[in-house]
Amino acid sequence: MLLKITNLHASIKGKEILKGINLEVNKGEVHAIMGPNGTGKSTLASVIAGRDVFDVTEGEILYNTKNLMTLSVEERAREGIFLGFQYPVEIPGVSITNFMRTAVNEIRKYRGFDPLPAGEFLKMMEEKKKLVEITSNLTNRSVNEGFSGGEKKRNEIFQMAMLEPTLAILDETDSGLDIDALRVVANGVNKLRTPENGFVIITHYQRLLDYIVPDFVHVLYEGRIVKSGGKELAIELEEKGYDWIKEQL
Amino acid sequence: MGNEPNNILDAYTTGEYKYGFHSDIETEYAPIGLNEDTVRYISARKNEPEFMLEYRLKAYRHWLTMKMPKWPHLEIPPIDFQDIIYYAAPVKKKELSSLDEVDPELLETFKKLGISLEEQKKLSGVAVDAVIDSVSVKTTFSETLSKYGIIFCSFSEAVHNHPDLVKKYMGSVVPYTDNFFAALNSAVFSDGSFCFIPKGVRCPVELSTYFRINAANTGQFERTLIVAEEEAYVSYMEGCTAPQRDENQLHAAVVEIVAMKDASVKYSTVQNWYPGDKHGKGGIYNFVTKRGICKGNNAKISWTQVETGSAITWKYPSCILLGDNSVGEFYSVAVTNNYQQADTGTKMLHLGRNTKSTIMSKGISAGRSNNSYRGLVRISKNAINSRNYSQCDSLLLGDKCGAHTFPYIQTENKSSIVEHEATTSKISEDQLFYCQQRGIDTESAVGLIVNGYAKEVLKQLPMEFAVEAQKLLSISLEGSVG
Amino acid sequence: METTALYPITRERLLDFYQENHEHLIANDTPAFRDNREKAIVSFQKLGFPDKKLENWRNTDLAASLRLTYDYPLQPSADEDQQKVFRCNIPHMDTAVIGQLNGWYVSKDVPLMELGNGIIIGSLAEAMKKYPQLVEPHLGKYTDVEANGFAALNAAFATDGTFIYIPDGVRSEKAVQLVNVIQHRENIFIQSRNLIVLGKGAKLTVVHCDDSYDHQPSFSNIVTEIVVGEGSLLDHYKLQNLNNSSTLVSSTWFHLEREAKMESHYLSLNGSLIRNNTYVRFNGPYGNANIYGLYLLDSKQHVDNNVAVDHASPDCMSNELFKGILDDHATGVFSGHILVRRDAQRTNAFQTNRNLLLTDTAKINSKPFLEIYNDDVKCSHGSTTGQLDETAMFYLRQRGIGEDNARMLLMFAFTDEVVSKIAIDPLRYRIEDMVKKRLQGELQICEQCVLHCNTPDHPVDFKIDVSKI
Repeated sequence: MLLKITNLHASIKGKEILKGINLEVNKGEVHAIMGPNGTGKSTLASVIAGRDVFDVTEGEILYNTKNLMTLSVEERAREGIFLGFQYPVEIPGVSITNFMRTAVNEIRKYRGFDPLPAGEFLKMMEEKKKLVEITSNLTNRSVNEGFSGGEKKRNEIFQMAMLEPTLAILDETDSGLDIDALRVVANGVNKLRTPENGFVIITHYQRLLDYIVPDFVHVLYEGRIVKSGGKELAIELEEKGYDWIKEQL
Repeated sequence: MGNEPNNILDAYTTGEYKYGFHSDIETEYAPIGLNEDTVRYISARKNEPEFMLEYRLKAYRHWLTMKMPKWPHLEIPPIDFQDIIYYAAPVKKKELSSLDEVDPELLETFKKLGISLEEQKKLSGVAVDAVIDSVSVKTTFSETLSKYGIIFCSFSEAVHNHPDLVKKYMGSVVPYTDNFFAALNSAVFSDGSFCFIPKGVRCPVELSTYFRINAANTGQFERTLIVAEEEAYVSYMEGCTAPQRDENQLHAAVVEIVAMKDASVKYSTVQNWYPGDKHGKGGIYNFVTKRGICKGNNAKISWTQVETGSAITWKYPSCILLGDNSVGEFYSVAVTNNYQQADTGTKMLHLGRNTKSTIMSKGISAGRSNNSYRGLVRISKNAINSRNYSQCDSLLLGDKCGAHTFPYIQTENKSSIVEHEATTSKISEDQLFYCQQRGIDTESAVGLIVNGYAKEVLKQLPMEFAVEAQKLLSISLEGSVG
Repeated sequence: METTALYPITRERLLDFYQENHEHLIANDTPAFRDNREKAIVSFQKLGFPDKKLENWRNTDLAASLRLTYDYPLQPSADEDQQKVFRCNIPHMDTAVIGQLNGWYVSKDVPLMELGNGIIIGSLAEAMKKYPQLVEPHLGKYTDVEANGFAALNAAFATDGTFIYIPDGVRSEKAVQLVNVIQHRENIFIQSRNLIVLGKGAKLTVVHCDDSYDHQPSFSNIVTEIVVGEGSLLDHYKLQNLNNSSTLVSSTWFHLEREAKMESHYLSLNGSLIRNNTYVRFNGPYGNANIYGLYLLDSKQHVDNNVAVDHASPDCMSNELFKGILDDHATGVFSGHILVRRDAQRTNAFQTNRNLLLTDTAKINSKPFLEIYNDDVKCSHGSTTGQLDETAMFYLRQRGIGEDNARMLLMFAFTDEVVSKIAIDPLRYRIEDMVKKRLQGELQICEQCVLHCNTPDHPVDFKIDVSKI
């Protein structure tokens, strides 16, 4: 059992968004979470990652049997949780190389390893860049600054490759991507799948799931998971639309 | 473009002031000049209770110790305060109980100004407290309003009928010690409006007051007090016009607003005082102190103004955000033409937590005028988690005018966010060409563009005012005879 | 002459002091300069020191600084080691280091260097004697002693400083590093004036450092006039790292002729009270001025950056970017005044001030003013005060970076917008180092730190050491 969410309620500024989420993800599994806009998909991702602006009012999140509530954002990250942002933040003035090296070494330190020597680190960068077909020299570029939408998403997957998480939550990784960019991103994700890690893919459209084939599909509607199934559920949703779900309830 | 821009500008500056006329109503004057006797005279004419006279005298004595403020961006010719008549009232023949008994000449004046009381009574449901030369003639709708417990009457009436309320709130937001003109006003104010909305009441109508300065050499010292108790709501409109005169006339009003917990007050102004002729002669001097205090939590005060008149404007409607979560807003369009000078803006004082203020100022300068925005945003140490957003833009028409922005931003805690932006621009030839290519003549194009520029402010006005304001903008800049 | 103590610095005491030492002060003056001095002292008598009633000085209170007792030596002290100023080198950067100790020009060998290409660098007093035809047309022509008390005081008393002359067409590939060091056994009052003249088509980079070598209080009133000749290029840096008892009023007048281009960078890292006055005047069209400022303050430090840009000619462009991070009880002021005159068509003027407050006791006052008399212009300004962006913080922490480190990274990123404008690589690396150390609270005055920054034997890696935060 990698991730177990039980009756999760979360709100922001007093407004409740998640109204009792139950979800279980095991090692080696890919779960897709779909649903209309504004129903809480991104909130769920942020809450699992531990973002302060959200209040968890009820319920529990267990990660590798650890109670996540006791861990800060960075502690959860160092435990192996990775969030691929829907809108990756631009941080002018912080070079990607510096950023990644700091992150990688922080995580290593947490796990009792020595920091990676510069040479090895740079080698690792080159290797991982190839995964998402990034060719530019990232040392002189600031994090996400001046990147197109597609480049930002590829950069997220690149970072995921560098940090080697055990649980990756990808929040609408496909939004704003054309077919080619989508293929590159999906390829990258697929190459990172192992029997030891798990993925939660949040998406609005079924399209991405043609490339990253899920084991389970859940529909999130008005703060609850209202339907779960196999990958066929995604196709059915695509054909019938979200109104079909609303009717069923 | 060639000479066209110059032609437009010529048209602006040669247009006649549309509302230039004065009526021959019998008026009664105080002796010229200002001394303690003048103050007593005014108080006696209005039959005021003792406490009011004492307040005036205290204010007068304090005023004597003060000096007129000097602002770097206004050239104010010296004002001889002894050369002004401080009280002029139309002679009342008897108490008026209905419109039928109103002096027909008075009604005619109202018609010329475009406020037919009957029309308004019937159609728009707006209560009008018409003020002419410092005396309120009629308060309509007072019966309807009193059903809700709402008091809307002239300030003089309030002094007589609601002395406790006046005593409690008058001077609580703008004390007579506040500044030179506030002290003067507190001593010699003639009349104005008083509005009281009791707890939990939403005033069902837009309240408004019309002003007019008539007699020569009379200073207009209006005093307005609006109190909104808990959860009350009121929208108040103030609009004024004035006749053409050669002597400068002084206008030093004071407006105080008190908003209690969860109350909301919206104060809108369309100001069109005589701006002086195209050579800069004559015109009203408008030195106004307007301030509101959001006393209780979640209170809100919103100032919206369209300023097109006055020879000199000195005016900073302000908000003291004392209650937690309170909100202050300031929306302003200020137009200056010919030789007008405006130094106007706002002060937002954040004292409570989570307070929020929004400032949107659009200045338009033409002719040889000078238009300055002067604003203060102060986030005090205890105003944790507060927000301010300010946008101050200037539009210059022609190369002989000036547009200036003087913001003062003080932040004293780490959790607040203050954002201020200002841009200066002119109407581009591309924009004019585009309009012309669509068949719109240059004058109309300028009117369109200017209105578009000011739209975000104009849309804050109550609808009745918004229409008048749009027209006013175009008129102030086109100056065509109406 | 003897050094005389001033108790405390008042207008009256200074006027007396002027009379007492008049002979000494005018000893090297030409008749023209003597006249200037007389006019200046009369002006200072009228103006005195600015106080909080003056609009421009509302937020900077000199009272505490003026209350102290200062020594005011009217000539350099013989017993102080003057050569220590030359230890301040920027590695890998080819600079000509010149220095001032307590306001007096210090030379390695000769007081005035005359280089082969016509460049003259050295003591202003010496230049006044030897090259009056180069100094007289400019000295005192750009300052405003009638309206500015500190300028008047400086013009009355200052007898030395630095003179740099770059003749027409000469492009100085070597940067000039002017190191102002303050070190004295007692509190010291310092006045010096500098004149830098760039001829037509000239080029110069000047790095102007204000440094303390000890913790003694000091009060400096420095005036610099810089003439940027037609079509010339000036790259100007001001690096301020003074002790926590120093008061510095530094006024610089930039006079730009047509097509002149200047970049000025103010990096204020330490000092008790620093007031930087920058006056830029476009005296001809097609001029270009970029002014950057960075202030990093903590404890009770105060920095007041006052920038006035006078668009007196058409077709000029000016851009100001000032950023500050304030911690503890620090206070900061930014006053930017852009004046666009009636005939300054096609002016482009921009002004940005961004501040980060790290505590509820830090304060910032921002006054970006625009005064515009011409419609064919593009002018804008923006001022923000806020915190580090929460979303950016979350992003970094989600990548496993600890909260403190994330904050440090973001603060460094905040400063980067200004630091990245430093065109000279070795200088930029040095500044980046100093900024990193400063943000970690490690940058102190005195020898160790400055010397050990990134020298070849001690390369500094960007490692955020959590234990030090």
